[in-house]
Amino acid sequence: MANTDFHLQFQDFGDDADLMGSSTGTTRITIDDHTTKPQKQRRVAGVVEEDETDPLESDDTDKLLSGQKKNAPFWTFEYYQTFFDVDTSQVKDRIIGSVVPWPGKNFVRFYIRNNPDLYGPFWICATLVFAVAISGNICSFLVNYGQPQYKYVPEFRKVTIAATAIYSYAWFVPLAVWGFLTWRNSKISRTVSYSFLEIVCVYGYSLSIYIPAVVLWIIPSEPLRWCSIILALCLSGSVLILTFWPAIRDDHPRIVIAVTSAIAVLHVLLAVGCKAYFFSTYEALTTENAPGPASVTKGFLTTKAH
Amino acid sequence: MAEVVDVNKPLFAGLSDVSIAEDIPVEGDIAVPVRSQSGDDEISTLDEPVKDTILRDLKAVGQKFVHVLYPKKSSALLRDWDLWGPLLLCVTLALMLQGGSADSKDDGGPQFAEVFVIVWFGSIIITLNSKLLGGTISFFQSLCVLGYCILPLTVAMLVCRLVLLGSMEVGGFIIRLVVVTASFGWSTFASTAFLADSQPPNRKALVVYPVFLFYFVISWMILTFSPSH
Repeated sequence: MANTDFHLQFQDFGDDADLMGSSTGTTRITIDDHTTKPQKQRRVAGVVEEDETDPLESDDTDKLLSGQKKNAPFWTFEYYQTFFDVDTSQVKDRIIGSVVPWPGKNFVRFYIRNNPDLYGPFWICATLVFAVAISGNICSFLVNYGQPQYKYVPEFRKVTIAATAIYSYAWFVPLAVWGFLTWRNSKISRTVSYSFLEIVCVYGYSLSIYIPAVVLWIIPSEPLRWCSIILALCLSGSVLILTFWPAIRDDHPRIVIAVTSAIAVLHVLLAVGCKAYFFSTYEALTTENAPGPASVTKGFLTTKAH
Repeated sequence: MAEVVDVNKPLFAGLSDVSIAEDIPVEGDIAVPVRSQSGDDEISTLDEPVKDTILRDLKAVGQKFVHVLYPKKSSALLRDWDLWGPLLLCVTLALMLQGGSADSKDDGGPQFAEVFVIVWFGSIIITLNSKLLGGTISFFQSLCVLGYCILPLTVAMLVCRLVLLGSMEVGGFIIRLVVVTASFGWSTFASTAFLADSQPPNRKALVVYPVFLFYFVISWMILTFSPSH
């Protein structure tokens, strides 16, 4: 009985310095209330309840509480541990939420809830890098299977190229978007603003739809590829736009259109670029001009119209 | 005196309920050092013949290989970690992955340095990941486990090279596929058996997935190895 009252009331975190110190999830057993849940979880529970009552107005308190969480100095390990404070179910929900665009549920407010993590973006990008490289390799192998001069090469250099492209997209585009939003923030006041990590999170999780799409691209059928790329683009692009819409809708209409189309165009460019570079059916990729191993290069130079 | 003992008995009686895991083999030296023939009290491994030192380390490495091949829940790998085994395995794997598609300077198989970087850098990233997620395992213990669990994949690489010496096309590929898949599953299962206990329970999948990805990439490199004819 006392416990439920305790949870429903606004919890006073004002004067407890120990509370912030123990933000790494250690369990503190307090004798006065009979709960032994970690303090951190209780605090997050308090934030969640506030969120559900006033979604967008609690920006100030959200900012305050998110500032309280990352209180460790940036050169300690605990500071970075706060970015990995997610459970398996949370990651799963975030991935599903990034694929299904639901107009009512803003991805940042509903799923991230002031707990942006770096686990999702990092490992989704890593998986996507390897998926693209491996699928591209399998695809070029399947396309050239019958040809006698074809010698299978595991194109390992493509992994580095894919990694550079995908990781720069996942880090520099959020940086640009965040920088732009912050700059516009000084001109107009807005109700919703996102932190840099939340934007990184959104972009990272929105890339997760590409992983099954890329695996589907192994099948060498152009209509199927275009269908899957358009479907993936629609889903993740709409999640992105729905997420950023509340942040830019107060702005000048031309700026709104410019930003929205920039976000969409960059997303399209990444998908189409990956498809064109790694899954090209025209084998003009590896052209060696050296006159040495002529038989191998001839195999690579044959073009195959689809 | 007897009463004192009896009074003490109920106080410590609970200790008998503490179970010591019986599968933890007790290893290590707790003997009083009386080895040296000269009666010198100072014992140091500098005095022993080199053969003894090397053999002792090799025996420890070999013992851990056996633990990896038959992964049951034992903490021997974690307690006496060493990085010799992983280094040996990594160098062997990288050497065996050479000599493929020799005419390609680019777009060929992975170079020696690339394999090395992938194995060690990948292990470091996975270890950092598990520590950031709140794992209780130490940095080098985790490196040790991940490195030792490459052993099944190295064995698979050996088998693949032997199979490739023959000239069966599709049949050889199927054999290689089966062997590499089996050893990939074995590696992942072995490392999970050692690492899983040190993670908080609701994040186990988050920690196991990168390990899965790591061994998947190494298996892919092994499977796509194509020697130059």
